[in-house]
Amino acid sequence: MLAPAQPGVLPATVPLLTMRDVGKTYNIRGKRTSAVDNLSLDVAPGEFVSIVGPSGCGKSTLMMMASGLIHSSSGEIHIKQSRITAPHVDIGIVFQRDALLDWRTVLENILLQIDVRRLKRGDYRERAVAMLASVGLAGFENAYPRELSGGMRQRVSLCRALIHNPSLILMDEPFGALDAMTREQMNLDLQKLWIQNKTTMLFITHSIWESVFLSDRVIIMSPRPGRIAAEIQIDLPRPRKLAVRESAEFGAYSAKIREKFQSFGLLAEDDQ
Amino acid sequence: MKLSLTPTDADERRLEIPGYLYSIAAVVALTLLWEAFVRYGAISPLLLPAPSQILLSMIKNFSLIMYMSVVTLLEILLGFGLAVVVGLPLGALIVFSRVARLTVYPILVGLQTIPKPALAPIIIVWIGTGLTSKALIAFAIAFFPIVVDTVIGLKSAQIETIYLARSMGANIFQIYRYIRFPNALPAIFGGLKVASTLAVVGAIVGEFVSADKGLGYLVLVANGDLDTKLVFACVLMLTLMGLVFYYAIEGLEALVLHWRVSDDGTGSGH
Repeated sequence: MLAPAQPGVLPATVPLLTMRDVGKTYNIRGKRTSAVDNLSLDVAPGEFVSIVGPSGCGKSTLMMMASGLIHSSSGEIHIKQSRITAPHVDIGIVFQRDALLDWRTVLENILLQIDVRRLKRGDYRERAVAMLASVGLAGFENAYPRELSGGMRQRVSLCRALIHNPSLILMDEPFGALDAMTREQMNLDLQKLWIQNKTTMLFITHSIWESVFLSDRVIIMSPRPGRIAAEIQIDLPRPRKLAVRESAEFGAYSAKIREKFQSFGLLAEDDQ
Repeated sequence: MKLSLTPTDADERRLEIPGYLYSIAAVVALTLLWEAFVRYGAISPLLLPAPSQILLSMIKNFSLIMYMSVVTLLEILLGFGLAVVVGLPLGALIVFSRVARLTVYPILVGLQTIPKPALAPIIIVWIGTGLTSKALIAFAIAFFPIVVDTVIGLKSAQIETIYLARSMGANIFQIYRYIRFPNALPAIFGGLKVASTLAVVGAIVGEFVSADKGLGYLVLVANGDLDTKLVFACVLMLTLMGLVFYYAIEGLEALVLHWRVSDDGTGSGH
């Protein structure tokens, strides 16, 4: 099985990721447009935090700033108490598109992390094979991405994000392009990987039920410019089964989030 | 009604004949048609010799044609090689550097609109009538598609793959090595294939303008002697050379881009 991730030297009370008054403005055709405005957020080590919000509310921008891949226009971002000003490398990222390299086999795609970081492949090969097996891809090590289905490809990119034991995983709508059934399976697989590794997660999604099912805490963002509109702590025991969605507590959490969306004028229901 | 998802008898019978046999049959049929057309259509061999007459001329002049072929082949390979050696790094530079993109690229596109054969006489005045001038003309015609396809290929990397590499701490050279360059290879091979046929054109253009050897030169001499059979024999030889060259590159492509070919051996499709 997978070795548990190093939670780091931080005591659990110190946030792993801190965003303070973070803002991002873009120049679109000469007009300054604010994508994220004055946003503050703490994520504790080992915490699973989801961010839900309407399209274009700056969720992806938020994630890209947390990774250091794009700069914030204002405010400060810290990971493990050090300020992020350049791409942060102690992370794993999963995008909506799997971003697998067509010319590398499944195993080589995962080991890209190791190659780029100039680590020894031999030290990670066994772990990569074990991770593939734990997401149901045993025997696919030498397959090429084009031989896999969308769900299988996204599982590979999940393994690639975890192989080097990062202290933070960022996921941007990772299951958004998958069919409903595959998506449910992916949620179960992700929960399993997360329980095994206890890596800190920042998970961006459109799906209310997905955020409740996976998270310790759900953060609801307002329409552009994105701000935090509400936070909801999810107290459901783990591992959660798909049937938990039919429970009263789950329904109550979902309703709270939906009501928040409706207060923005989204998900409008006419009297039919 | 009987529904079946397994191949029918008709499907299986069709699968027994390999695809290339169809192509060979078509070429043979066309050649026979040509032969009959010339023989029974009372066409003057001065205008259009029959395939059999062309073949005979080829056998009769074998050593001469072979010698001329080697000369022309050298020009083609040298011109093509130069186009690769210059075109690939130039394409990379254009993607790599904003300054190069803003200065070199527009000039290249401007130069490309010059009909290269018009430059051939000047190149020969500058460099002389030897091998180098022919290779340079071949280079001038062949290198543009290599540059353009290298640029297109290097730019076509999915943005997420670049972000991903940067999150792994990749520097600019690693991004080229692990992401951009392998991603560009299919486009680069497309450029190489186009360039391979253009290099042949370039070498012949050079020989037409001024030469004392080579297949293009031989075409001119034979034409002057009204030896149409030899002209056709030279053209056939040029065609064969072009084909072999093209398929050599395609073979290399299949080898390098093996991940595009599925396991059951069916190619990536054309």
